[in-house]
Amino acid sequence: MSYKLQFAELLPYWNVLLYGLVFTIVLTIVSTVAGVAVGTAGAAARTFGPTWLGRIVAVYVELIRNTPFIVQLFFIFFGLPALGLKLSETTAAFLAMVINLGAYSTEIIRAGIEAVPKGHIEAGLSLAMTKWEVLRHIVLNQAFRKIYPALSSQIIIVMLGSAVVSQISAEDLTYAANYIASRNFRNFEVYLFVALAYLVLAMLTRSALRALGRVIFKAR
Amino acid sequence: MSLVSIRDVRKSFGQNEVLKGVSLDIAKGDVVAIIGRSGSGKSTLLRCINGLETYQSGSIVADGIEVGGATTNLRELRRHVGMVFQQFNLFPHLTAAENVMLAPTVVNKVSKAEARAIAAEVLAKVGLSEKMDAYPSELSGGQQQRVAIARSLAMRPKVLLCDEITSALDPELVNEVLRVVEQLAREGMTLILVTHEMRFARDVGTKLVFMHHGKVHEEGVPKEVFAAPRTPELQQFVGQVG
Repeated sequence: MSYKLQFAELLPYWNVLLYGLVFTIVLTIVSTVAGVAVGTAGAAARTFGPTWLGRIVAVYVELIRNTPFIVQLFFIFFGLPALGLKLSETTAAFLAMVINLGAYSTEIIRAGIEAVPKGHIEAGLSLAMTKWEVLRHIVLNQAFRKIYPALSSQIIIVMLGSAVVSQISAEDLTYAANYIASRNFRNFEVYLFVALAYLVLAMLTRSALRALGRVIFKAR
Repeated sequence: MSLVSIRDVRKSFGQNEVLKGVSLDIAKGDVVAIIGRSGSGKSTLLRCINGLETYQSGSIVADGIEVGGATTNLRELRRHVGMVFQQFNLFPHLTAAENVMLAPTVVNKVSKAEARAIAAEVLAKVGLSEKMDAYPSELSGGQQQRVAIARSLAMRPKVLLCDEITSALDPELVNEVLRVVEQLAREGMTLILVTHEMRFARDVGTKLVFMHHGKVHEEGVPKEVFAAPRTPELQQFVGQVG
């Protein structure tokens, strides 16, 4: 068996690859920021909010955690137009990512909130703070400190999982790979290259998140 | 008029009635020591006074505010009724000064600079001026509890509730906390303490309350009560712990 690697055949498509890479990075950053915001709100609602709101959030979390991401994506992109909601593939990709990470991070952040000693909450209340002030100034900081590693892992899982958005023709890194392979038929080189690109991206993300964590939680 | 007035308060956790009609009057400047066995309802009573626990019947009025009603303004109540806990409960992500500054800035909307001045003042009062920028993890238990006291004082409370504040401390650290409390008592602060420090209750307290089975079993001037307990339960209790 002999196969001659010819990475030079990728060169003419450098702009396609670059576009895909940037798309994946932007998709990850935006869905991380928005997803963690959704997760924080969801976790706050489940722990500090009224019961009815907590129930709604619980249903959302279970719906997302117990269905495949690709089905969620297809539902948003192919299903919702039936209700008159037609989204571009890019918008659908971003939306699906945020909804997905939002659900997982709700559970992760909730675990962090529940790990904060009840006494700290009572101390805050006894200082005449409202429960929302307690949540904001006392609970969330401690909660994020505790769950930051778990949340970082989830962000990387979501970043790698974002490859699925190529299935609705959102032009991410995997879409670029499919595009190139269908033209130059160099499947081996294309997917090897893209796999390495994801590997590097994941490792860089991990380091970036670790560095960010050191800055945010500098004290102690 | 009493600063804190407790009338026939009853409180149950499920089937278990822990307060069975407690009445107590506390005047301004009183130092009330509440003693009794564990499970006698001491801590629960204290937690009812600042609304951390609700109760089923009776009434509590603290500084003119009716506690426990659906419309109770808990924020207003707690601005005047501070609390210090057994487990200190300092916020670990904030320095000693930041722990003290949090409530004045968030609740009273005081400026950072002003809050820092308040922190300097109250931390000096508990003898921790040099620890303003230390994190709780860098402080001993006794120092942490003194920061917790300072944190309450920063809100200028009219009453300070102390829930077994020396029970989690190593024996050699108990006195530094008690000295701070004694100082507050001398300055006229109204204090309600749940405590196991009998000597402190006798020497610093102006009023002793012995709780037994969810009721005030005996109360009076500490020195007199300790010298001649009237009920057999208190005699036995003093005999055991004294």
